[in-house]
Amino acid sequence: MSLENKEFKPKIVAFCCNWCSYAGADLAGSSRLTYPADVKIIRVPCSCRVNPMFILRAFEKGADGVIMCGCHPGDCHYSTGNFYARRRMTLLFSMLDYIGVENGRTRVEWVSAAEGVKFSDTMNSFVEKIYSLGENVRLGDLRCKN
Amino acid sequence: MSSEKKQAELIKEISGVNPLKCMKCGKCSASCPSYNEMDIKPHQFVSYVINEDIESLVNSESLWKCLSCFACVERCPRDVKPGKLIDAARQIVVRQKGQDYLLADEIPELLDPELPQQLLVSAFRRYRR
Amino acid sequence: MQRIGVFVCHCGSNIAATVDVSKVVEMAHMEPGVVHAEDYQYMCSEAGQAKIAAAIQEKKLTGMVVCSCSPRMHEATFRKAAERAGLNPYMVEIANIREHCSWIHKDMEEATKKAVILMRAAIAKVNLNTPLQPGESRVTKRALVIGGGIAGIQTALDIADAGYEVDIVEKTPSIGGRMSQLDKTFPTLDCSACILTPKMVEASAHEKIKIYTYSEVEKVSGFVGDFTVDIRKKARSVDMDKCTGCGVCQEKCPSKKAPSEFNRGLNNRSAIYTPFAQAIPNVPVIDREACIKFKTGKCGVCSKVCQAGAIDYEQKDEIVTEKYGAIVVATGFDTINLDKYDEYAYSQSKDVITSLELERVMNAAGPTHGHLERLSDGKAPKEIVFIQCVGSRCSDDRGKPYCSKICCMYTAKHAMLIRDKYPDVNVTVFYIDVRTPGKNFDEFYRRAVEQYGVNYIKGQVGKVIPQPDGKLLVQGSDLLDNKQILKEADMVVLATAIEPNPDVRRIATMLTASIDTNNFLTEAHAKLRPVESPTAGIFLSGVCQGPKDIPETVAQAGAAAVKAIGLLAKDKLLTNPCTAQSDILLCNGCSTCENVCPYGAITYEDKEVNDHGIRETRRVAVVNNALCQGCGACTVACPSGAMDLQGFSNRQIIAEVDAICR
Repeated sequence: MSLENKEFKPKIVAFCCNWCSYAGADLAGSSRLTYPADVKIIRVPCSCRVNPMFILRAFEKGADGVIMCGCHPGDCHYSTGNFYARRRMTLLFSMLDYIGVENGRTRVEWVSAAEGVKFSDTMNSFVEKIYSLGENVRLGDLRCKN
Repeated sequence: MSSEKKQAELIKEISGVNPLKCMKCGKCSASCPSYNEMDIKPHQFVSYVINEDIESLVNSESLWKCLSCFACVERCPRDVKPGKLIDAARQIVVRQKGQDYLLADEIPELLDPELPQQLLVSAFRRYRR
Repeated sequence: MQRIGVFVCHCGSNIAATVDVSKVVEMAHMEPGVVHAEDYQYMCSEAGQAKIAAAIQEKKLTGMVVCSCSPRMHEATFRKAAERAGLNPYMVEIANIREHCSWIHKDMEEATKKAVILMRAAIAKVNLNTPLQPGESRVTKRALVIGGGIAGIQTALDIADAGYEVDIVEKTPSIGGRMSQLDKTFPTLDCSACILTPKMVEASAHEKIKIYTYSEVEKVSGFVGDFTVDIRKKARSVDMDKCTGCGVCQEKCPSKKAPSEFNRGLNNRSAIYTPFAQAIPNVPVIDREACIKFKTGKCGVCSKVCQAGAIDYEQKDEIVTEKYGAIVVATGFDTINLDKYDEYAYSQSKDVITSLELERVMNAAGPTHGHLERLSDGKAPKEIVFIQCVGSRCSDDRGKPYCSKICCMYTAKHAMLIRDKYPDVNVTVFYIDVRTPGKNFDEFYRRAVEQYGVNYIKGQVGKVIPQPDGKLLVQGSDLLDNKQILKEADMVVLATAIEPNPDVRRIATMLTASIDTNNFLTEAHAKLRPVESPTAGIFLSGVCQGPKDIPETVAQAGAAAVKAIGLLAKDKLLTNPCTAQSDILLCNGCSTCENVCPYGAITYEDKEVNDHGIRETRRVAVVNNALCQGCGACTVACPSGAMDLQGFSNRQIIAEVDAICR
């Protein structure tokens, strides 16, 4: 396949906490609410388990967008985990923006276990945003690309 | 797309209303002050748009009997807004009639500060048919 | 190197219709460590589990990946299957190719590609898995029930009858809840108090049940099997041990202007009061906002008339700390605020009332002593209009999007009771749909129409206009006759939507139990685990989980009790072995992890460390596995990277990221 014909298929990593967002994604699934297949979900116990390193690694390996979902603030299964996550991500995302990974490529969203609709809406809008931004060229480790 | 379907789509677009949200409670017809004057009742506007029978809607008496008071819009529990639907149908008719409506230049001399804007707009549409 | 088996489930056609399972199996063989891959119709079936067991033993698997439904559904099933076949259960990973793939994608090629990637990520993770052993934790054999309505009472009775201790915490001065406010109950028209009071008495007399009334849950810590709860006993200003419940203080109290909560504010009560005659405990409380003694310092009548000397103006709030193994939430409901529904003139006319207020009006102990009369002038009404779905089934921000479920039936009940007692009163019901699923429910509604001549009109009311002569002009539509109706009524009754008790938000946050957009508590599984919260050890009883009537509430209360008993019956619980571990070679004892740990699971010890031949004693973090719940907050906070989470280690998650971005 030549480069010009290659249709842009973004790689999107979604970190979902086990208690709210992963269950919300399950609900979106059992309610048959579609969103693009570009999104791949990684289950973590809590949004506070998401090390900024994981997000950097994803971009380094060629991800075009990373979204992190957790329980709504105040509803964290572990009481306070998502507060830490919120702070960490705010810092990380502004740093990423500074080095050229646009703010649109990163997002934090709170999705509860009952919000299947919100999960699919979020993913649809996030993927749409990534399509509009195109391929991520920053942080890409060239050795890993074709 | 058939012309009926096209017109129904146009009404949905102008009004910004999704008629499928209607749960057929009839609160619109219960709220309507000019209900008795109407041949097609407010709650029926919704089903006419769903059934894509815009022809009947634009030829109805109701089209010009609606006062645009928006009581139905205000009270609809489902955000369906029958008043906006009929308003959109009226706009379609007005557009089809080309120049047969009020010109912007004529407005100042008709203006009465006591009149609510919405009433003015709907009254112009009604009396300039 | 691991020896990994991959098992791809068809889930009938649920997965196989959109994911090419044979292609997934084919791709699995190309992954590192995979020595076995197969697909089967239903992996979770007995035959499917037998295939897994056979492969584990024949191929000497050290890890396995099941590509199937959500791990929230069957992770436990496959872990057990692996354990039976001799594989450590924590060497099992699930690739969710149903909820996260086949059910949401339509294109087969695209879905298959995604399924392969999800499988690769799981294989990459399992390659780094290590066998884990769960620890044990103890179970405190006592349950807490939050809320003393019919749901809470029933749950408490059922748990207590099984031989376990139960505490009920009730916010108001008496147990009984909403049901105690009802006059009659559908569909058999029992008197509500007659069937509730015996249960209240039974609960208060039960040796295993302790009731905290006028109390609130203040703080919850701990986890399943071992919760520690602070209960605030609000100052009653009456000594519960001394009070004999004679009621003289209430009679003599000069301040009688406080609106009665029990009668929905339709009449007033004294400042020292019991909410209703059958209150349990039959000990009054002093409403300090209304009490003259507390407001001005002068009065003290109650203290003077109390023969038992039970009045104690100095009493203070008291905090009781108790340990529990299980917590049941039974916080119930309230009717919604009608401020946004101007068109029904609720705030303009005293004769427009909610159905719950009508219950009080019809009740012999209510503000009108059971006589049906207008609250404005005390006249007997001749024409009553009921309006259904007030605030229910609304997609705008004024009401609630759900059906409140009970209104159709209680309106039929009210209509029937009125027609029965006052045959000369005309009753009209404006309805959108009459929803009567339930045993003998539709028959009940038909009886209201056919036998009692209640006039049901399909249509909604647009406006209620109070007239100068005191009548109420009701403007509604009759959709079947295609007519607009103007009707003069003497009384209008609104079937007001119900919502979860507003306090439930605070309680859910304390319990870390999840809650939906309507403030109903979420179940662990909508169909299969309807009385359990996703948070272990928390159970749901009654309307806090969703609208329901009394029989359903009682049934659910029993179910919640059984689940709680099942937990309390265990002596030990297996703990989640996915806990944090600190690498003593990397740890520099900085205390960062201790500060972020919500469970206090991290302490510091001086340990002897052999760092590349240098032996020294260092202060290092130690995780208490019994307390650690495995959230992973410490792993990210640790500046030296010494903390890692077993089962979700840095390397495992990075391997997943790599596999997805490959």
